[in-house]
Amino acid sequence: MFMIKPVQDRRLGRLARRLAIPTAAMAVVAVVAACGSSPSSSNSASSALTPNKKPITLLFGSSGTAETAADNAAGKAFTKQTGIKVNVVPSANLTQQLAQDFAGNTPPNLFYLDPTSLQEYAPKGALYPYAQNLPNISDFYPSLKSAFTYGGKLYCAPKDSSTLSLYINNADWKAAGLTSADYPQNWTQLAAVAKKLTTHGRVGLVTDPSESRLDVFLYQAGGSVLNASGTKVVLDSAANVKALTFVQSMLKAHIMDFPSQLSESDEIPALGENKTAMIISGPWMEGEMSLDYPKVSYSVHPLPAGPTGAKGTLVFTNCWGVPKINDNLGGTIEFVKFLTTTAQQQRFTKAFGVLPSLQTLSSWFESTFPLNAPELEANAYAHPDINIAGDTNALNSFNSALAELATQSPGSILSAAQTNLQAVVNQDKTGG
Amino acid sequence: MFVVPQAQRGARLLRPRPGEGWRDQLAGWLFCLPALALVVLFLVIPIGLAAWVSVSNWDGIGSPLAAGVHWIGFANYKATLTEPGLAQQLFGESIRNTFYYVLFVVPIQTFLALILAVVVSRKGLVARSFFRTAYYFPSITSSVAIAVVFSFLFSGTGTINAVLSFIGVHGPNWFTDPSGLIQDLLGAVGVRNGPAVLVNHGLLGISWWQWLAGPSVAMSALIMLAIWTTSGTYMLIFLPALYNISAEVEEAAQVDGASSWRQFWKITVPLVRPTMFLVLTLGLIGTWQVFDSIWIITAGNPEGTTLSPAFLAYQTSFSDQQWGQGAAIAFLLFGLIIVVVLLARWWLWSREFTGGRRTLRGLRGATLAGGVGVVGGAAAARARAAAGSDGDARQ
Repeated sequence: MFMIKPVQDRRLGRLARRLAIPTAAMAVVAVVAACGSSPSSSNSASSALTPNKKPITLLFGSSGTAETAADNAAGKAFTKQTGIKVNVVPSANLTQQLAQDFAGNTPPNLFYLDPTSLQEYAPKGALYPYAQNLPNISDFYPSLKSAFTYGGKLYCAPKDSSTLSLYINNADWKAAGLTSADYPQNWTQLAAVAKKLTTHGRVGLVTDPSESRLDVFLYQAGGSVLNASGTKVVLDSAANVKALTFVQSMLKAHIMDFPSQLSESDEIPALGENKTAMIISGPWMEGEMSLDYPKVSYSVHPLPAGPTGAKGTLVFTNCWGVPKINDNLGGTIEFVKFLTTTAQQQRFTKAFGVLPSLQTLSSWFESTFPLNAPELEANAYAHPDINIAGDTNALNSFNSALAELATQSPGSILSAAQTNLQAVVNQDKTGG
Repeated sequence: MFVVPQAQRGARLLRPRPGEGWRDQLAGWLFCLPALALVVLFLVIPIGLAAWVSVSNWDGIGSPLAAGVHWIGFANYKATLTEPGLAQQLFGESIRNTFYYVLFVVPIQTFLALILAVVVSRKGLVARSFFRTAYYFPSITSSVAIAVVFSFLFSGTGTINAVLSFIGVHGPNWFTDPSGLIQDLLGAVGVRNGPAVLVNHGLLGISWWQWLAGPSVAMSALIMLAIWTTSGTYMLIFLPALYNISAEVEEAAQVDGASSWRQFWKITVPLVRPTMFLVLTLGLIGTWQVFDSIWIITAGNPEGTTLSPAFLAYQTSFSDQQWGQGAAIAFLLFGLIIVVVLLARWWLWSREFTGGRRTLRGLRGATLAGGVGVVGGAAAARARAAAGSDGDARQ
């Protein structure tokens, strides 16, 4: 806050003299700031990959105490094995902190990287594509690898995954007279069971009104968001319009609803409070359900196929991102190799319930967690969520429009989103 | 607080009078230096760098002053203001939302602060300091804590809706309802779609019909939050001004038979005009920069009806990694606030200058009509003064 006082003295000389010393001070500080900001000179390629004893910092956004504890344990185990100290730093706002660190040329040695951030950082040459040379590169699920590929290179190793599946309240299912033969395999059956499960005070199906849920219907109808080469947005295709029209028909028949209409913030409380019998959600719901709604018994099922028989779902994943500016590049890559071993991935899964990203662990997972097997199997036909660099505003607009799907035309929603996202893709191509 | 020294004191510091040694000069500068250094380091330099970022192609990696970053002209400003597209539309939406926010918050909080100050300074009030503390308490509470509490209060099944149901009103789902209040009112009298001339033309990518939509229901909840939080601060600013009104003036008014309503409007309000200008200026600056409550509660949803330029700048920079455009939005907001404050100052000053008798009605009318009324009222006052003083008709 500053007081505005009218300048009474008009003589420029006096004004200039008055401002001379502060301006000089500013100039000095500006020069010092500029001088102190050049990045450290990079080492030659061969010596850079040799691990040294410098400590490694891992920066991540935690889903809770279980994940922080698991990462801490992994860091300690690595230190025991190699003697390289690991600082595990949970971040309150990973996007912001990472941006700040990159701007200051001091990024952490290792961090969680989501597919959209990869698309934003990779073109700037900020990341080191170590994953090409990992020994177990062929073991990762292809759908996960595709989310982390830029310019034909795999930049980082997927650490885990979460897919969308159908979670059904067992008591409501039985009460409606449905059996295990009735789990929906296609859209017609989905609408039929949703109708049967809709009673007074309870809808059949609930999910978030955002593209990170409703896109599953687009893929099931045989449509997609981007074309095969990833250069054009194809949201306004006929298949996509068919998909959203189907969702709209369920909304209009009041056998499906969005959480806000039921005064819930999310689909998970809607299931917990028995305002719905089925939700489309992911493995993260299990933690919340066991904490807040332990008495609700539910089961996991794959999402139904579309009219053409195509199965589709979304997969959400993060990878271990490594920046180019790294004072222990070799040590960091050794740490990532340690973190992507089957033993370490098993420890992560047991600690906070994520799905492993290595295909060889699928039989172990299905035998240890048989009830969650559909979640892992969905990786075979899962597509990554929309991850175009700079798409936050366009996606927010798309989600806002989807919230009105019950009353707006699917064609207009999709063409508006098409225009906005294509503009973002074009902007990325020209490097704007 | 950074106070620009007046010209005479500045001159005296640089050219010592006889008897004043260089030691006094040096001492003065040394005392100023820490505050000066902090302001330069944390305000002037970052603002300068942000201005450079808005006209350069800095991508967020490394320093903006590094070798690879170069000038790209005003492309970011053009993309936000003139080129049709999502960036322009979002900027237009943020300006519209914040305009209604300012329109409701500033007059109501100024008026409420003045009323509270009058109530608290009334003679014979028992437990005066308790009431002062109670009214000021929201202002010293963390804005984050208040925002979290409000998000629970205004949820679909929250306390506010429960209280409304006692009087038979079914409250809306506050933070998820994007419908504009003005359009809701028009819809209640049967006007559902705007006239073609309003729907087909617009400004900044938003049609005029959408500009007239009014604040959304979600924005209204944020407006209530802002009024409740900041009235206390401005009440504290009004209190000394009220104490400065000598008791004789009030007694004279009572002797002349003025009711307390007339006393308030005809004596109290004109006598606190300089303080009111300060409160209006601070209020305008603060409300145009709204960020905290939006970031905590709504993040611009629903449907972009709670976007503000400050939040849009943050989202464009940090989430979309488009630093130049985010910085451009921030500077456009800066320019807008300067223009608005200058307009408010011109309007209040011109009223004082012309000494018009209808100052208070003009104050109320111009506040209700918003920005257009400000300019129109000032121009009308000048025209009236000119016509009155020398008789020629000035349009």
